[in-house]
Amino acid sequence: MELYKLTAHAAMDLLNKKEVSSTELTKAVISRIESVENQVDAYLTNTFESALETAKNVDAKLASGKTLLPLEGVPMAIKDNICTNGIRTTCASKMLENFVPPYDAFVAKKVKAIGAPMLGKLNMDEFAMGSSTENSYFKKTKNPFNLNCVPGGSSGGSAAAVGADMAMYTLGSDTGGSIRQPASFCGVVGLKPTYGRVSRFGLVAFASSLDQIGPLTKDVEDAALVMNLICGHDEMDSTSVNLPAEDFTKALSTDVKGMKIGIPNEYMGEGISAEVKEAILNAAKLYEQMGATVEYFDMPSLSSALPAYYIISSAEASSNLARYDGVKYGYRTENYSDLMEMYKNTRSEGFGNEVKRRIMLGTYALSSGYYDAYYKKAQQVRTIVRGGFENAFKKYDFVLSPTAPVTAFKLGEKTADPMEMYLADICTVSINIAGLPAISLPCGIGKDNLPIGMQLIGNSFDEKTILHAAYAYEKNAGLELKPQI
Amino acid sequence: MHFEDYEVIIGLEVHAELATKTKAFCGCSTEFGSDVNTQCCPICTAMPGSLPVLNKKVVEYAIKTGLATSCEITRYGKQDRKNYYYPDLPKAYQISQFDMPLCVGGYVDINKDDGKKRIGITRIHIEEDAGKLLHDVIPGKSLVDLNRCGVPLIEIVSEPDLRSSEEAKLYLEELKSILECLEVSDCKMQEGSLRCDVNVSVRPKGQTTFNTRTEMKNLSSFSAAVRAIDFEAKRQIEATKAGEKIIQETRRWDDAKGENYAMRSKEEAQDYRYFPDPDLVPIVVSEEQIEEIRKTIPELPSAKRERFVATYGITDYEAGLISQSKPMATYFEKCVDLKETPKTVANWLLGDISKTLNEKNLEPSDISVSPEDLVALIALIDKGTISNTAGKKVLSIMFETGKTPDVIVKEEGLEQVNDGDALKAIVEEIIQNNPKSVEDYKNGKTNVIGFLVGQTMRASKGKANPQMLSPMIKEILDNM
Amino acid sequence: MKITKDEVKYVANLARLNLTEAEAERLQTEMADIIAFADTLSNLDTEGIEPTNHAIRVENVLREDENRPSYDRDALLNCAPAKQAGCYSVPKVVE
Repeated sequence: MELYKLTAHAAMDLLNKKEVSSTELTKAVISRIESVENQVDAYLTNTFESALETAKNVDAKLASGKTLLPLEGVPMAIKDNICTNGIRTTCASKMLENFVPPYDAFVAKKVKAIGAPMLGKLNMDEFAMGSSTENSYFKKTKNPFNLNCVPGGSSGGSAAAVGADMAMYTLGSDTGGSIRQPASFCGVVGLKPTYGRVSRFGLVAFASSLDQIGPLTKDVEDAALVMNLICGHDEMDSTSVNLPAEDFTKALSTDVKGMKIGIPNEYMGEGISAEVKEAILNAAKLYEQMGATVEYFDMPSLSSALPAYYIISSAEASSNLARYDGVKYGYRTENYSDLMEMYKNTRSEGFGNEVKRRIMLGTYALSSGYYDAYYKKAQQVRTIVRGGFENAFKKYDFVLSPTAPVTAFKLGEKTADPMEMYLADICTVSINIAGLPAISLPCGIGKDNLPIGMQLIGNSFDEKTILHAAYAYEKNAGLELKPQI
Repeated sequence: MHFEDYEVIIGLEVHAELATKTKAFCGCSTEFGSDVNTQCCPICTAMPGSLPVLNKKVVEYAIKTGLATSCEITRYGKQDRKNYYYPDLPKAYQISQFDMPLCVGGYVDINKDDGKKRIGITRIHIEEDAGKLLHDVIPGKSLVDLNRCGVPLIEIVSEPDLRSSEEAKLYLEELKSILECLEVSDCKMQEGSLRCDVNVSVRPKGQTTFNTRTEMKNLSSFSAAVRAIDFEAKRQIEATKAGEKIIQETRRWDDAKGENYAMRSKEEAQDYRYFPDPDLVPIVVSEEQIEEIRKTIPELPSAKRERFVATYGITDYEAGLISQSKPMATYFEKCVDLKETPKTVANWLLGDISKTLNEKNLEPSDISVSPEDLVALIALIDKGTISNTAGKKVLSIMFETGKTPDVIVKEEGLEQVNDGDALKAIVEEIIQNNPKSVEDYKNGKTNVIGFLVGQTMRASKGKANPQMLSPMIKEILDNM
Repeated sequence: MKITKDEVKYVANLARLNLTEAEAERLQTEMADIIAFADTLSNLDTEGIEPTNHAIRVENVLREDENRPSYDRDALLNCAPAKQAGCYSVPKVVE
């Protein structure tokens, strides 16, 4: 097998057995990137030299007889909205085209601390707003399973890179499905941790109360390993939860006997394509065969989650993105004669259409006279959605649903109508609204070789249960996915 | 200033910078006067991805102030974003508290000539300061210095209970003395650590409802606040009399010109879009915490004032002035502890020392003469070693040089001539040279003694002991 | 709720965005769609329901009042599009 195809845990095994060096692994992935990047367009910035430097140090450590830390020496890459000291961090926006942060995000520090060769920064929808990565100012990433299709978004680069073996794992961010939906489109595993699990320090904010960083990996075991790496309390993030460290790999078991699974009818009805529905039903059947019980239930509040999500996320975004004013960093227009003109021209030229649309919507929702009708109402809906899930978890160990209503769509297919694009998030946003953990993993292949993903939703801080169930499914289903490239 | 037929309604919003070591949401220093943009980090310059974490002391100081002003501590504080664009506000929002402040419903008593008046406090909330714009360094540009950005503030909002600029001034002075006493703010006006916004409206006497008010922001001294209030009240009364409508607006006070003007309507149309800051979690205050903080509250100025009158026998007026400033009160008590007569210390503090502070634009905390040295100076006067007049001169040299009074007296040769024979010689000479005065005295004009004392003092270059002079002169004249 | 073109322009000004007439028109339509979608929430009875501001229950996250080193000024200003005399530079602000 080609080295670049290895999962992170397989690569770790080979490294520890000294059957391969970190330099060999890193070089293999770099040459893979070099050969397919022009087709996939996953990377915005590459840092091959420093990755090789890191690999060299890991190899020296290995040669000196020391044992490696988990994931040490395994080449990876990071979504371009996570700040990396001295490496430009663009958020795929003209606004931050030349922004080089003088600090590392919490997770970037973690990655650096264990000696992971970081290959570069990955494409995304501008400021993480979008579901197809077509909103990138720089390039459009393609789906490795079908190059005419989108990789999903907003972590499209992170998902495509893993799907096309251009990194052994990547980090993405998820505000309304931005890890899980592209993971499902690109046939990889994506996990959005419970809100507060992973520090947001250094993650360029889209919607602060919903954003969470998580892993995109080739399999469930890798997801558990990366979770071990990036979770943990950070005193620099007030919303980071102070919980004892957990070893998520301990949850990986194939035994799901007695597990109770709930499937909300709202996520299996209108708008969900037949092939996706069928794949979920098959997965449910497999779980039953493995000794779990499956039940369908109603959770009417789910239908309110999407509008509530668009109000909350846009409102927070309108405030979070106000700082891009051409004063302290980033783009500044060349055309201005006074401050007001500088502000307006900078922001109008620096932001793309989708970002502007959300800023407008969010500003409207917070503006005088509308706050109660929209923002407050949406926050109340949030309480109801949370309550709905709380009830579900009294009965079920986890909730199962499709990750996305359809498989990857064609490039350009949904760019004309923003509402249609927003519906791509219908199954994922409620999880962010409620702050819950959820994992997406492949559960079938639809037409045109496009992967189908299912979503396992867990109770707060119960990533272990969904990792456990996902692992069991993965081992039993034996699904074989074949990317186009 | 008083206005016939009209009543002035004033509400004040006082912003006090808290005396924390570090900023509200990051560990940068709050020290004043450093080189531009050297007390900054990614958090206070709003770099992408940076996040705020609230300074514990900010909560503590706000609650302490709330307790000292008899507020209810709400026990549940929420922090909100106030969104607006300005180059000194790097996040383009200020973290403040909108509808759930830490303290509500308190009061401060002010001492007017005709008695006490209670001024309600609506709320006290925490927020962060903005940076500073420098307009005159480079032509056509404004430069942004973010050293002050993120420095914690409390905003103390009063009820519209004030009825004149004099009351406003008394309220501000009382509040300042409380904040200083609590040591939650150093209240240095010249460093901008205490500022206020004033809301003014007027109404015909007897009317019970409020009329439209206007606001003037960022007044940086109490006297500016007084001038601004008087000007605005007069303007509103004149406008009302002329049948014009007062519009709710923000007016800028130009203290140099002594007038205010409406700001451009574009700036007024503020829609701050307050919403809960998702980066910050609720502040929940327990009863135990409140009690802990209550224990740290020292004797407040109003209590001190009463004690000074009762214990030291100084007047209420003197006690009021001294207790208003914590450093002054501490200084006073140190002197008294050194066995000095309270009344004498009060006279010096409120007389020459206050005068010197005013002249040099210093605060009571800047008194460079130690209590020990002041007491020593008073002792020199009491013993008659130097005259009272010489004492004033010694004090001013003490302020300048920091030398002890006895050294100064020696260096300047200010010792009084207490030697009766030496004095007599001078007096006799003066009398000889003023035969007209002797004649006047014989004709019953006894006030010539004063004139002769003055002449003697001059002749002795101020060193003669004036207390010895007058009986001596009288005796000589009577015997002539 | 309907959104008027004037409201679109008002919001754009609040958000410091320029809109051409065409953009304003397009946004008016797009925002109307999304707002209509959001208005479906108004059918929901939320009387007496506490709004959720945070997805998790965490409170009192406070740090000690202890200094951390500030950043080197050049490191911060390095990112600025215009800087002069150790400061960020903007067109003269008229007060």
